[in-house]
Amino acid sequence: MADEHLLAVIVDSFWKILLPGLTMTIPLTIISFTLALLLAVIAALVQFADLKGLKQLARFYIWIFRGTPLLVQLFVVFYGLPNIGILIDPFPAAVLVFSFNEGAYCAETIRAALESVPKGQFEAGLCVGMSYMQIMRRILLPQALRTAFPPLSNSLIAMVKDTSLAANITVTEMFMVTQRIVARTYEPLILYIEVGFIYLLFSTVLTFLQRIGENKLSAYEHQEGR
Amino acid sequence: MLEIKELHKSFGRHEVLKGLNLSVKQGDVIAILGRSGSGKTTLLRCMNFLETAQSGTMAFDGELFNLAHITKQEIARVRKKTAFVFQNFNLFRNKTALQNVTEGLITARKIPKAAAIEIGKRALDKVDLAGKYDAYPHQLSGGQQQRVAIARAIAGEPNIIYFDEPTSALDPALIHEVLTVMRKLADEGMTMLVVTHEMNFARNVSNKVIFMDAGEIIEAQPAERFFDHPIDQRTKAFLQTYNAGSSII
Repeated sequence: MADEHLLAVIVDSFWKILLPGLTMTIPLTIISFTLALLLAVIAALVQFADLKGLKQLARFYIWIFRGTPLLVQLFVVFYGLPNIGILIDPFPAAVLVFSFNEGAYCAETIRAALESVPKGQFEAGLCVGMSYMQIMRRILLPQALRTAFPPLSNSLIAMVKDTSLAANITVTEMFMVTQRIVARTYEPLILYIEVGFIYLLFSTVLTFLQRIGENKLSAYEHQEGR
Repeated sequence: MLEIKELHKSFGRHEVLKGLNLSVKQGDVIAILGRSGSGKTTLLRCMNFLETAQSGTMAFDGELFNLAHITKQEIARVRKKTAFVFQNFNLFRNKTALQNVTEGLITARKIPKAAAIEIGKRALDKVDLAGKYDAYPHQLSGGQQQRVAIARAIAGEPNIIYFDEPTSALDPALIHEVLTVMRKLADEGMTMLVVTHEMNFARNVSNKVIFMDAGEIIEAQPAERFFDHPIDQRTKAFLQTYNAGSSII
């Protein structure tokens, strides 16, 4: 009897939770992570190129966003900014915070990866007449992104789970929907495990994609460091 | 075709090059010898602007350049007519052997891709790597990698090639194949400036030898005279240590 009830709760809620996963959690992750990568590459490049002023700005940005909690950042933007007349809808507010937050971490990953490419290749590029940007685009960045791919995948997987924090600023993503169902059915244990399982499902798919991506990218370095 | 005058270079307070003068004629193969830290590599690097000199001039291909105040356009002009072969090859690791050769032709010299590939294949054929067009650097031995680097250097048809200890990072067994290619280039009249520890190459392939010590050119002579009748005491001492080294074996 109790078992049948639980089964009904699970089956009933599964699509209700998965749907916002597909329409909110995934788009939120994809959009935010794309913007984060863009920010990260820029912040990494200005540091790598040692551009005065911009480099300090990048350091400052990374310092702020890595040094404060994600939840606090969400609250400042969504609940705080309206005080000075800046009102942002929940979803764009979440995108804004997630992309800036993740961008700060990814910037460090990409900067480290750039620095790991032996400097001699840069000089070789100069000697055959290539410009800084040509060397960057065609030689250094492709190698750096290969190196950065596993840690960036890590960041992406972390971000899928972090999107659950957006529930706190009224984004109706998976976790918020789950909370609502719990409030109706009083089955917190099974429902929170269920939503956890769906996050695990998403992460597993990403882990699988990461493996495929790494295989594709490894064409030129099977036995690195003979 | 190339003349360096009063080249000064310091790293911080340490003066590495103390007013060098150097003259290179078309077709010269000049070996630059000297102990580690004598400034040989720095000299080459200053000539291709990988390091910026404190002062000095360079006359090259009808133009006079102030090495301390050189513009980007001037650097680009010089680099189009020169090539550099590094001790550690410095191949682009994400590119195949052929792409390593064509990359600069396509991006910097704006040669159409099909033509660049033709040039690239011919350059690789010349260094005996005809079968390795599509190999990535990690799939090649050190000697093969250095030959790809030489193919990359000659593909741009430079007036002069700088070699910075091209065989120092190689297993003894692989040195020969690189020197063979270099000898072939020398025989074809390529102008070359070679920092090296290969005494046999210096003696048998180069026509001039320069000996450097503590940032100065101590002696510059035709190769044969340099080895048979060195003038300066420091040169004699240097050659003796080398001879002593080889007679132990």
